[in-house]
Amino acid sequence: MKILIIGATSGIAKECARIWAARSTSASPNSLVLVARNAESLATTSADLRVRNKTAEVLTYASSLTETEEISRLESQLRAGGPYDVVLIAQGELSQQSEAQSSVSALHQSLTINATSVAVFAELGARLLEPQGKGTLAIFGSVAGDRTRRSNYSYGAAKAFLASYVNGMRHRFAGTKVNVVIIKPGPTATPMTTALATSGRLAPASAVAADIVEGIAKGKRQIYTPGIWAIIMLVVRLIPGFIFNKLDF
Amino acid sequence: METAPHNVVSAGTLQTFARDASFNLPPLPTETWLPRGLGSSYGDVCLNPSGKLVSSLSLNNFLAFDHETGVLQVEAGVTLGEIQRVFAPQGWMLAVTPGTQFVTIGGAIGNDVHGKNHHARGTFGDNTLSITLVRSNGEVLNCSRSQNAELFSATIGGLGLTGFITSATIQLQSVAGAYLDTENLVFQDSGEFLSLSDDSEPDWQYIVSWIDCTSKHGRGIFMRGNNSAESKVPQTKVGGPTVPFKPPVSLINKASVFAFNQAYFNLNRAKAGTTVTHYQPFFYPLDSVQRWNLAYGPKGFFQYQMVIPREGGREALDEILTQIRKSGQGSFLAVLKTFGSDAGPGLLSFARPGITLALDFTNRGEVSEALFKRLDSVVLEAGGTLNPSKDARMSRQMFEVGFPNFAEFEKHRDPLISSSMSRRLMGW
Repeated sequence: MKILIIGATSGIAKECARIWAARSTSASPNSLVLVARNAESLATTSADLRVRNKTAEVLTYASSLTETEEISRLESQLRAGGPYDVVLIAQGELSQQSEAQSSVSALHQSLTINATSVAVFAELGARLLEPQGKGTLAIFGSVAGDRTRRSNYSYGAAKAFLASYVNGMRHRFAGTKVNVVIIKPGPTATPMTTALATSGRLAPASAVAADIVEGIAKGKRQIYTPGIWAIIMLVVRLIPGFIFNKLDF
Repeated sequence: METAPHNVVSAGTLQTFARDASFNLPPLPTETWLPRGLGSSYGDVCLNPSGKLVSSLSLNNFLAFDHETGVLQVEAGVTLGEIQRVFAPQGWMLAVTPGTQFVTIGGAIGNDVHGKNHHARGTFGDNTLSITLVRSNGEVLNCSRSQNAELFSATIGGLGLTGFITSATIQLQSVAGAYLDTENLVFQDSGEFLSLSDDSEPDWQYIVSWIDCTSKHGRGIFMRGNNSAESKVPQTKVGGPTVPFKPPVSLINKASVFAFNQAYFNLNRAKAGTTVTHYQPFFYPLDSVQRWNLAYGPKGFFQYQMVIPREGGREALDEILTQIRKSGQGSFLAVLKTFGSDAGPGLLSFARPGITLALDFTNRGEVSEALFKRLDSVVLEAGGTLNPSKDARMSRQMFEVGFPNFAEFEKHRDPLISSSMSRRLMGW
């Protein structure tokens, strides 16, 4: 299998890469193409995967993920390295809602990385998969996008935009063997959420990643992980607004 | 131990860690910090309720591995379980592992943990070749037996008090696969246990015994194992039961302990003999019951692990078992083994030549403490000491007698690091 991961050093994506690397064998090696912003973290992740399984092939590209010219150059490099079985788009950062409300640059940056950059790379992934006629394009949304709330709606709304974007892409690829997947993790223990880590209610990133890898293999279109969040968010979405707006969470 | 809220911050990445080594402490710090791994230690060595805990769990990368020599370089938050899982299929395993795999590399070094093969391979620190240590003044130091050697020996078993271990280079051992050839034998008293130990040490790498501390003479099950030449890995059962919530009172009481010990002894007596076992149940029997510690209820439990010299050790061991039986405060998990001749690589290493016994006791407040005091005096009399990594209550005097290198160790402490244990036993 050849797997392209954008935002590959993010906590959950890295755990997914570890699972795919672990499944590599010399008879059928897995090839991982990793793209991320920080070159140092990318080198660390790449070394980690190679130690875990020497049969796994790892190729890395450092990229800002937001500069348009750089993305175009990257696209031609990635196209030359294809075809891909899976394209996973994972970049994101958990911005502070209070900063998003008070700072033009904080909100702008948050929406750029969490919404614009992901959509741009989703289209890039679609352009890679379309001529192949098959493959999985998986995009990280979040349960936070299912119903936005006061404590993190700048992040949640970006994720809601992605869910909507994916709906359109799925319509576009209907009837083909290109599967477009939206991944909706619940709160997960990753570097992004260390500040929340004391609550102890965060799912381990390795377990979330295992759900994602399995969901992709099974051809799911929507992956809630841990699975209980499908039920929780169904309930949350059904709460009438006049009640919802009185809740504090 | 009861729980208390803690302020946990992440160590971030190797690249950012040294730059941020002040951990956002105020300019004139009034607040201390303490390195933290998985927090599996039983006592207060991993607690610092008045300051910060700096978590190593974000440092979870493998850095390099030499397939020829088995030398592995890892970040400090990598767990022992992860190493076993990744490397057993590649023909390598940890040279030394404690009885749980839910331990980080940093924690294993900081507590200089030991395993069932102390007589063959020494402690975890003996198989640690080098470490990278970040001090709170921002210094990043490579420490080994040839570089910053004193700080290296202070940090092995240094209870996290000398700085933050960010990465380590360790020696793995070559194995055919993930299996062990094991044999279980029954012993009827401590004398039989000791002669079985002496007879087994030359030929068996792993030796551990479970002892029925409710029995009159200290009967038990002697378990020994060697890495198996068997390398075929059939499907093994992963995961086991979980204690779903903390019960309002301890489920571990006199009746359940007695019943368990009877059943465990008879079950194992019935299946004594040789077998091929996967490393998981052999090394990590309790890990199959997730969150087993919750069964002790809201007040938790104490573990009491002592080491006593072989000379006069049998008499002391019998006296300890008698005291426990008379108190009626038995233990499910009474683990008995002998340590080899290795005196310990660290200034505060616990494992040393002698006999070691570890027991869990439900926390019954003063009743428990009264028993521990009686056990303390037997241990001290015998020239023994307690394991700080599992302790929450020994006296400062007992610590100083058991760890005579403490004054030397103190020179290497990091002035901004402090734990509940260091304040209790070291005065800072």
